[in-house]
Amino acid sequence: MSKTKEKPKNNWRAWLYLAPALIILLVFTVWPIINTVRIAFLNSYNGLAERGGATFEFGFYNFEYVVSISGFSRSLGNTLLITVITVPVSTMLALLIAVALNSIKPFRKIFQTIFFLPYVTNAIAIGMVFFAMFHTVTLGSQTLSTGIINSIIQAFGGKPVNWIDAGSSWGHNMAVVCIYIIWNALPFKILVLLGGLQSVNKQYYDAAKVDGASRFRIFWRITVPMLSPMIAYVVITGFIGGFKEYNSVVGILGETMGPAGGDRQLNTMAGCIYDSLNDGFQGYAAAAALILFAIIFAVTMINLYVSKKKVHY
Amino acid sequence: MKVVLEHLTKIFPSRDKDKSAEVVAVNDFNLEIPDGKLIGLLGPSGCGKSTTLFMISGLQAPTSGKIFFGEDEVTTLAPENRGIGLVFQNYALYPHMTVQQNILFPLQNLKGENRLSKEEMLTRANEVAKLVQIDKFMNRKPSELSGGQQQRVAIARALVKMPRVLLLDEPLSNLDARLRLQTREEIRRIQRDTQITTIFVTHDQEEAMSISDYIVVMKLGVIMQTGKPQWVYDDPANLFVAKFLGTPPINVFTGKVENEKLYIGDEAVLDVKGVEDQEVYIGVRPEGFLLNANGKLTCSVSGIDVMGRDISVVSTNAASLNPVVRSIIAADEMGNVAGEVKFNLKEHKVFVFNKETEERVYFGKQVAAHEEMVAQMKAEGQNVTPHNGPLPREADDKVQDNRPAEQQQGFSGKVKGAFARVKGVFTKKKGTAEEEAQSAPEETADKAESEAKE
Repeated sequence: MSKTKEKPKNNWRAWLYLAPALIILLVFTVWPIINTVRIAFLNSYNGLAERGGATFEFGFYNFEYVVSISGFSRSLGNTLLITVITVPVSTMLALLIAVALNSIKPFRKIFQTIFFLPYVTNAIAIGMVFFAMFHTVTLGSQTLSTGIINSIIQAFGGKPVNWIDAGSSWGHNMAVVCIYIIWNALPFKILVLLGGLQSVNKQYYDAAKVDGASRFRIFWRITVPMLSPMIAYVVITGFIGGFKEYNSVVGILGETMGPAGGDRQLNTMAGCIYDSLNDGFQGYAAAAALILFAIIFAVTMINLYVSKKKVHY
Repeated sequence: MKVVLEHLTKIFPSRDKDKSAEVVAVNDFNLEIPDGKLIGLLGPSGCGKSTTLFMISGLQAPTSGKIFFGEDEVTTLAPENRGIGLVFQNYALYPHMTVQQNILFPLQNLKGENRLSKEEMLTRANEVAKLVQIDKFMNRKPSELSGGQQQRVAIARALVKMPRVLLLDEPLSNLDARLRLQTREEIRRIQRDTQITTIFVTHDQEEAMSISDYIVVMKLGVIMQTGKPQWVYDDPANLFVAKFLGTPPINVFTGKVENEKLYIGDEAVLDVKGVEDQEVYIGVRPEGFLLNANGKLTCSVSGIDVMGRDISVVSTNAASLNPVVRSIIAADEMGNVAGEVKFNLKEHKVFVFNKETEERVYFGKQVAAHEEMVAQMKAEGQNVTPHNGPLPREADDKVQDNRPAEQQQGFSGKVKGAFARVKGVFTKKKGTAEEEAQSAPEETADKAESEAKE
């Protein structure tokens, strides 16, 4: 700060270099955000109508409306549940896999590649693969063909389960979506945690070995605390991602946000926003987006507060 | 607890199959460390001292050889079962634990009968903390402590489970000069209080000399000399030890013995009765010079460093292998120092080394003094001839002649260098495989050691 004050003549140059990024950010990020806030407080705002010269009153009607529609509370519930299940489970799995990967030498690269596949593959494409895996085609009471999951269940003598097809239950849908999200979330978390593990000074492990700590204790008392900054990062980004979850549900269940012919039983918060957009009421969508933002903001604040207390150094 | 190392050898394999790229970090190391003593392992970096320490700790497995604690062989025992305390170079305190948690950690790992109750653990931790004088900081994190305090926490953590042997890996190298002095006294005091056999690694000769009961000087994985610090300083067994110990460093001259007279350059400086004619290196400690108008060694003064009580005369001599000759004389003789000075040499501060082997050549009263020391060391159970076979040499490990080429006697410097290299090749061919392994370039040994540390 003080440096720029000492040499103000160089300022224009700094702005010049920053200009391309700033302009793009202003046009495509800052302005849309401001506009979203504006729209959210204009009752029943509709872009087309505004073009036609209509004016809208300032007020909270959009928020009242969004909260009152029946799909909203269910979407909120689904989103919360997805987040609460997938973030801890995927973090713990990623931690175990990262530690395991870090302790093997011969096939590390191969395993790293395998675990990383979901990260480089399109989410919708993987969703369709999941759909095929859990899909079952029936005609009346007759099963024509089953996906691999049901085949496995049958091979072990179980009855095929209707995971995602018409008439399937909310619980089954949710299970498939959660499995998908956890699997899809692993690579990034493994990558971050593995990087963290490799930067931990080996001497701590030598010291712990001399101190006679068991493997389990080394994991809990050395590895986990040493990784706590990375774990906090992964959890916080996981929560944010979880609240914005949308494309996994679309990928598996399609735009119906639930089994075909159902009542959008697996809709999420982000789904709600898109629904409002599809209905042409940008005002409702903006209000829903602001509500989602407020929730994510609050949860992240809580996360940061907790991690400040729990994360070491 | 007595610690015995028998033929301890550590070879770091090369990355590929190339055998010659192997690094022999520790080579046939034999040492007996008496109970309750503090031993300093001393040597330049890459000499295998840390590797030796890590083999004693169990963090590295020796390629061959045995390690005994008392009567028990511990060569293949896991570190936690050896009953050792280890202090790492950068302490390796767990940064997320408080001082107290750090000290408690080894106790909390005990299982079965050895497991203490919570109160006992706390009492034990408090006792140790008091011993190292960090009991005031029990609730702080390591990052909130100074380097010296961290060091003491590390020692407390190593001591808390009452180890049989305490191992310290360059424990003072991360401290500033003042703290280093203070902490080394502290380590000495703690060691005396606890009477735990302690092995400590350093490359700082002053540090090793000041606190060790015995020092072990190492080079390229081989013990060059062991003994009480003063003995090793007063009676170095070879040129390497003479050059490694002492600040300011020893002055090395090239010269010869002819007709029982010792020549530095063309000047006969001492009578050496009973020594055969040979080419030699002559080491003279800085305190071994006596200013004398009729002195036998002539040097031209290039400067004087005043140190208060003494002065250090910086001069040059054509036969000196160091760029300058440093001699320490009493300050009141300063007036006589200018232009050309003449010195006589104190006989017991002059060490003669054979030019080929670099082993010590004793003469005059030194013979009897050396024999007396050897007898004393044997009485204390120390091995007197620590290395087998010729001294380890690097491929190009000729004593460096730092003089300008035109001053070097005989052939010009270049021709001489080439000659030395050719001779090196010949002796290498004749030498055993072991010798060849010993002559692995120090650089690679260095690397291997740092890798091993990681």
